[in-house]
Amino acid sequence: MVKTSHAGSRPGTLAFPAGRHGHAVPVSPRLRVAIWIRRHKLAPYLLLVPSLTLIGGLVIWPAIQIGVYSFQNVGLPQVIGTEPTQWVGFSNYSNILHDSEFWLSLRLSVFSAAVMIPVTLVIGTLVGLLLSKLGRRMRAFVSTVIALAWATPPVTGAIIFVWLADPGDGIVDWSLSKLPHWLGGGAHWSGFSWTNSALPAYTLIIALVVWTSFPFIAISVLAGLRTIPAELHESARVDGAGPWRIFWRITYPVLKPLFLVLLLLSIIWDFGIFTQVYLVIGGIGNRDEFNLGVYAYSRAFTQPPAYSIGSALAFILTILLLIITIGYVRASVRQGAIQ
Amino acid sequence: MTAIPLPARKSSARKLSGRRVRRVGLNVIALLVAAITLFPILWMISTAFKPASEWVTLTPHPFPQHPTLGNFRTVFNGSATNGLTYWTFLENSLIVTVVAVFASSVVALLAAIAVARFRFRFRSTYLIMLLIVQMLPQQALVIALFLDFRSLNLLDSLVGLMLVYTAFALPVTIWMLRNFVASVPRELEEAAAIDGAGSWTTFRRVLLPLVTPGLVATSVFAMIFAYNEFVFALTFLGTDTSKYTLPIYVQYFYGSHGTQWGPIMAASTLFTIPVVIFFLLVQRRLATGLTAGAVKG
Repeated sequence: MVKTSHAGSRPGTLAFPAGRHGHAVPVSPRLRVAIWIRRHKLAPYLLLVPSLTLIGGLVIWPAIQIGVYSFQNVGLPQVIGTEPTQWVGFSNYSNILHDSEFWLSLRLSVFSAAVMIPVTLVIGTLVGLLLSKLGRRMRAFVSTVIALAWATPPVTGAIIFVWLADPGDGIVDWSLSKLPHWLGGGAHWSGFSWTNSALPAYTLIIALVVWTSFPFIAISVLAGLRTIPAELHESARVDGAGPWRIFWRITYPVLKPLFLVLLLLSIIWDFGIFTQVYLVIGGIGNRDEFNLGVYAYSRAFTQPPAYSIGSALAFILTILLLIITIGYVRASVRQGAIQ
Repeated sequence: MTAIPLPARKSSARKLSGRRVRRVGLNVIALLVAAITLFPILWMISTAFKPASEWVTLTPHPFPQHPTLGNFRTVFNGSATNGLTYWTFLENSLIVTVVAVFASSVVALLAAIAVARFRFRFRSTYLIMLLIVQMLPQQALVIALFLDFRSLNLLDSLVGLMLVYTAFALPVTIWMLRNFVASVPRELEEAAAIDGAGSWTTFRRVLLPLVTPGLVATSVFAMIFAYNEFVFALTFLGTDTSKYTLPIYVQYFYGSHGTQWGPIMAASTLFTIPVVIFFLLVQRRLATGLTAGAVKG
């Protein structure tokens, strides 16, 4: 009884006689461990051990490794073990800075992100606003249909778009060749290859990425719009404000935090985009159509493999994305994501 | 008497018709958006049912004139992939996905309980770590993981993929699951504890049944991720075709049959349908999950 009241004074402590009180009640070793865990408040840490092990070992450790490799000379001989791995300082990086293919891939990454992200955000926002103006049934129908594009696996999406733009039998070239001349159509479009050079290839990639990612923006914007009280829009309309003014004076300011998060997420997802680019440009054979992600990958996985150069490129990509991620984390924390 | 309400009625009728025109216009635009968005998917399915003479044609039709299952037969009899049929790759994908989903759900539930039920040092550090980790580019990490798995003999093995998919699904899964755990009233667990239930019993009888809907939702995300994943599978499953998962199979099929669009679209359709169905089930939760606090208003 005495023991109970003692334990009861400390919430979270077991109401059992602990070993150190020297009472004759036998305590099993299992219970003793449980008591020890409670006393030292170890439970949360123990619960985190599996996730920390997996994330630490398979996500964080590889990120550190590519950083380390980027200052070494890891190639096939070093991996097989016929030659020792050596530290080479910044030579991989200076190598990259003098590499015209790096600058080309960086330019293509920046250029394509600079087009696809604003286009995705604008189309997504417009469709989100449209959805909010529709009747209930129509809204459910259209959001389900656009969610299909979002749900399509990246591999499938890329292959479908390559098929649509196939130079032989694709519907895109066929339609363009049937368009009247004053709309830019004409017979010269039949047999036009969209994947043979960088500009058409990235036009196709941008169309593909916009198609897959605008539904997420639209549905997020729709969810955000629903948090704005209807009276706000109503009273603005009564005061004679047009839709343009209502958007910039009411909708945008209220949804600004959401737009910030959507913008940052889009940059993180689209800047190094791999799967779609890899499939549209046809693997790692077409050097002048690489973006940064595909270029890093190709340096590491084409013969002879230059794991260190690939790691340095991958590390540059990681650091660039981490800078954006810090902005995303700060925005999320400010909006109370971590309670 | 009649003169007074007349102009009012007239203007309200005009306003009504103006509103109707606007509504019809919005609906037309909405249907147009839906049609454009749906077109690539419809084109995939329609091509999958077209005989070769219809996808190699000078005037393409939106729907197959003489629908055929021949393209699907090519996919199923394995003539295109050294006798390996679609079922081999589906089985590989299912094994990897099921194991990864199960493992990540268990591990994520433990972590979610820790962050939702306890206040401890490093709690916010851990949460911020999750936010950062889920943004690390997989196409960058794959280089180091390839070398690690090479020395661990995990290349060309489904076990390697299971490990990677479990780990990479964790950040989002934990992040979402913690909200589900936090929404279970703590009093329920305390009441069970007062009734003499140990922590295991409390977990199994009280918390687990109540977070099961959350577990279902989060495991669908892990499932979609593992089922669709491309970069790791492409890199780790290099030489052994019989270990390919579906995305790599579809990619391989597309790479080696560059102009056989009918069979390629049939394979893509078979690969895509299941994941699209699962996706639609949880679509709404995904939008709110990813933008975290931003939509709280």
